[in-house]
Amino acid sequence: MAKVLIVAEHNGRELNASTARCVTCAASFAEGAIDIAVLAENGAELARLAAAIAGVNQVLQVDRAENRWPLAATLAPQIADLAAGYSHILGPSTTFGKDLMPRVAALLGVGQLSDIMAVETAYRFQRPVYAGNAILTVEADPGMTVVATVRTASYAQAGDGGTATISAAELATDLPVHTRYVELRADSDSSRPDLQSAARVVSGGRGVGSTDSFALIYALADALGAAVGASRAAVDAGYVPNDLQVGQTGKIIAPELYLAVGISGAIQHLTGIKDAGTIVAINKDEDAPIFEVADLGLVGDLFTVIPELTAALKRS
Amino acid sequence: MQRLMVCLKRVVDYNVRVRLKPDGSGVIFDGIKMSINPFDEIALEEALRIRERSQAEEVVVVSVGTTESQQQLRTGLAMGADRAILVETDRALEPLTIAKVLLSLVEREGPDLVLLGKQAIDADNNQTAQMLAALWQRPQATFTSELTIDASTATAVREVDAGLEVIEFDLPAVVSSDLRLNEPRYVKLPEIMKAKKKPLEVIALADLGGTDTSQFRISSMDPPPAREKGVFVKNVAELVAALKTKGLVSG
Repeated sequence: MAKVLIVAEHNGRELNASTARCVTCAASFAEGAIDIAVLAENGAELARLAAAIAGVNQVLQVDRAENRWPLAATLAPQIADLAAGYSHILGPSTTFGKDLMPRVAALLGVGQLSDIMAVETAYRFQRPVYAGNAILTVEADPGMTVVATVRTASYAQAGDGGTATISAAELATDLPVHTRYVELRADSDSSRPDLQSAARVVSGGRGVGSTDSFALIYALADALGAAVGASRAAVDAGYVPNDLQVGQTGKIIAPELYLAVGISGAIQHLTGIKDAGTIVAINKDEDAPIFEVADLGLVGDLFTVIPELTAALKRS
Repeated sequence: MQRLMVCLKRVVDYNVRVRLKPDGSGVIFDGIKMSINPFDEIALEEALRIRERSQAEEVVVVSVGTTESQQQLRTGLAMGADRAILVETDRALEPLTIAKVLLSLVEREGPDLVLLGKQAIDADNNQTAQMLAALWQRPQATFTSELTIDASTATAVREVDAGLEVIEFDLPAVVSSDLRLNEPRYVKLPEIMKAKKKPLEVIALADLGGTDTSQFRISSMDPPPAREKGVFVKNVAELVAALKTKGLVSG
C-alpha cells in the first residue's frame, strides 16, 4: 500500500502552488495516504495552510532555525530522516525540488525519477525526455523507496477544505554548515501575475528587440491580465530577467492561453508550453516553427500587430 | 586550488531533432551527430577560465560512457583541459550509479571543485551533481550562472524560479552550470592537433569497483501526443474574434 510524503515548497510565509499540485499527483495513486512535510524556521502558519489542502492526511511540521532558507544541503538530511515508513517521497519539479530531491534520494541510497507527468500505477510512471520530444514509461522497483519530482504543469492544484492533523516532528539530524544562504535577488515585478500559475501568459522573444520594446509585451499582458514570459534568446540578450524564461531549462507552464510574440519556437521553448490550452503565435516569419504548434497564427510585424491587439482587447 | 574536475556526457547534438524507433524501444542513433552535453561544455569553459585566472593548476575532464565518449573527451582536451579519464561501460547507467562512479574518481583525483552541467539534454534528469554532492557530503551549487572562487570558499549566483539566489560555500564542492554562466570558446585546429597528444586514460567500470545498479526499467519510449493543427488568421480583428469564439476573451 502506497504512502506518500510530499515536501512542501514555501517562501516562509506562503506555500508555493507546486505543493498542492504534488498532492493531486499523489492522490492519483495513494488516495488517503498523503502527508506533507513543512520544514521552516517557524512553520505554524505554513503547516495550517498545508493541512487545509484537500486529500492530505497529516502534516509534519519541522521547525528549525536552519530551515529559514531552502538550502538542499540542510533540508535533504532531515527529509531522509522523515522518509521511514513512506513508499514515495515527492517534491515539485521547480528549481526548489530539482535542487533538493536528488540529494534526498542519494542519501537514501535510491535513484530518483524526474518530472513525473502521468502515473499509471504506484510504480509505473511517464516522464518527458529529449526536451519533451519523447515520453518514457518507467517502472520502479516496488522494493525500494520511490523519490521523484512532479512535473507541476501536468497537475492542477488540489482544492482546499482539507482537515489534516498537524504534528510537530522533532529531528535530531546533524546539519552541515558548509553551505550558507546570502540573498535572493528578485528583479521581476512581483505585483504581476505569477508566471507559473497564471491562466494567461504573454511571452516575448528575440524579435521584440530590446528591453524598451518589451513594454509592448507588458502592455498586452496588462490588457489580458496575463503574466509575462520570455524565450531563452530574450533572456540571454538581457531584455528581461532569467526568472521569466519559459522552456526546457526555464519554467514549464500550462496556461489556458499562451501568446508567443516574436518567438521562433526552438524545441527547447516548445517543451515549456506544450500543455497550454490555446497557443497563439505572432511572428513575421511564416516559416517559424512556433506556427507548427500554434492553434492560432498571425503572420505580421509585432510592432504594428501588438499595439493594435492591445487596443482591441481594451475595447472589448 | 590544485585541481578542477569536469564531467562531460556524450549526447545527441542539441540541433538534432530526435527520431524514435516505431516499436518504442528508444531513439534512432544511426548516423546522428553526437556532442558534449551543452551544459557540460559550459562547465568546462568555466573551469578553464578559473585555471586561466591562475586560481587552479589543472583541469581534468572525465566521462562515464561507451568507448565513443573518447571523442567528446578529445574535444574537451582541445578546448584546453589538461588530461582526460573515461570510465568505460556499454550500459546506459542511471544518475545514482554515475554519481557513485564519479565519487570514486573524486577520491582518486582529490579535486577542489567538480563542475558539471545542470542537466543532460537527452534524459533531462538534472540529478547527477546533487547526488555526487550528497554522496561526497559536500556543498552543491546547482543552476549556477555566476561563480566566484575565494581561497577556501566560493560564491555562486543560482538561477532559481524566484530570481537569482546567492549562496556561499566551502570547498571542495560540486557546481552545476546553467546556460548563462558563460559562452564556451570555439576550438581552433591547432588545439585539436595538440589534444591528440594529451593523456586520455581509459578505465573499465568494473576496475573502478563500479557496478550497474539500475533501479528503473524503461518499458517504452514514445512520441508525445501531437497537438491539433492550428489555423492562420489574417489580421488582429480575426484573431480577437477567434479568441472570443474560444471564450478566452470577453465581449
